[in-house]
Amino acid sequence: MNKFRLLLTLMLAVPFFSLAQDDLMGLLDEDTEPKTEYTYASFKSTRIINGHSIENPAEGVLQFVVSHHFGRINQGFYDLFGLDQATVKLDFQYGVTDRLAIGLGRSSYQKTFDGFVKYKILRQSIGEQIMPLSLSYVAGMDLNSLKWQYPERDNHFSSRISYFHQLLLARKFSDNLTLQLTPSLIHKNLVEAKADENDLLALGVGGRYKITQRLTLNAEYFYRFTQQVSTEYYNVLSVGVDIETGGHVFQLHLTNAQPMFERGFITETTGKWADGDIYFGFNINRVFTLKKPKEFRD
Amino acid sequence: MKKLVFFLLSAILISNISVAQRYITKSGHIKFFSSTPVEDIEAHNRTVQMALDSKTGDVVFKVLMKSFQFEKALMQEHFNENYVESHKYPNSTFQGKVTGIDKVDFSKPGEYKVQVEGTLTIHGVSNEISKEGAITVKEDGIHTGSVFMVSPADYDIEIPAPVRKNIAKEIEVTVDCDLKKL
Repeated sequence: MNKFRLLLTLMLAVPFFSLAQDDLMGLLDEDTEPKTEYTYASFKSTRIINGHSIENPAEGVLQFVVSHHFGRINQGFYDLFGLDQATVKLDFQYGVTDRLAIGLGRSSYQKTFDGFVKYKILRQSIGEQIMPLSLSYVAGMDLNSLKWQYPERDNHFSSRISYFHQLLLARKFSDNLTLQLTPSLIHKNLVEAKADENDLLALGVGGRYKITQRLTLNAEYFYRFTQQVSTEYYNVLSVGVDIETGGHVFQLHLTNAQPMFERGFITETTGKWADGDIYFGFNINRVFTLKKPKEFRD
Repeated sequence: MKKLVFFLLSAILISNISVAQRYITKSGHIKFFSSTPVEDIEAHNRTVQMALDSKTGDVVFKVLMKSFQFEKALMQEHFNENYVESHKYPNSTFQGKVTGIDKVDFSKPGEYKVQVEGTLTIHGVSNEISKEGAITVKEDGIHTGSVFMVSPADYDIEIPAPVRKNIAKEIEVTVDCDLKKL
């Protein structure tokens, strides 16, 4: 009986003492995982290359993007492979909330002003609420402010305006790989010829692959279901890299589109890769925190 | 047999008593602060989990790295994505002991300086550390506090050349947790 008692004492006491600390950690284990964990950093920038990515600026953050597309590479040495010419876009995006962003831009190409509203409808997540992909809706318009080509005609202001609607469907498959589908509808108030459609449908396919923590390889292609008949345009294909340096993201790319707004690069791309009509371009992204998070407000 | 029953009962009772010597919080606060001539970076986490056994001196921390809030959203994203890699190592933990816990009188309000020793794990890398801290016994629980330096390099957190001037080699960590009796 004595031996039995001793054994029992040991059995009860030993695990208790040796496991005391593990036990303590066990107390903390329960709700350490957040209820729903949203995917973040699917892309390094709010644009894959020319087009929108699933990313938005965070609430209270102003994102300033300076974009350049130089001239065509096949112009040769005389134009230093296009570097003598450049089209520029200044692009401001602001996060009203973490899900809603608004943007304003001005491109030198056709002296175009553009604006958009972008809303995150679904966010890819794991945990309590599982969502396999992210879905955003972007609606925008652009305004060509060039002087009227035929001033003697009866010109309407509305003719300067085009609209676009896009759904962004993205999934971050792994830390490195994100893919996105971008069904797009572009409506032009004025088309070049009577035979041309006002509404054009296109599907964008894009993605990024992370090579290192701070370098990604990006590609983007828009296939047009509706072809314009009066002028021959091409589908836009772009490839590039994103380089993140801490405060900035530099995006360097090659593309066959000169314009940097949706109507332009999706439906009016004049360059043909096979002919060497390739434009070298870059976007420089810089963010400014205009509204601090709660914790940091005085 | 009666004796055995009595013994079993008292064993269960004793273990219950020792469980009652525990203090816990799930909303502790940890701040970190990096200061360089270029910029100061500060982040706060208010979901820190901590438990302390006032009898044995055992102490544990569990910190969900994603819960650190930065002033700049992009910095927060980079912190998680590139530096501490929160998707791979979601939590930082500390598991250790308060040496000389018997000197702290948990029934008498007051501040007691203590030494804490144990294993700090950040970014999947564990290091033995020994830091000073204080336990303040209050009417309704205890407060634990400590300020110490942590070097990212010790935890294989690589800081790339372009931002090396912006991030301090030693980061000041401030622990500020109010614990309640479990």
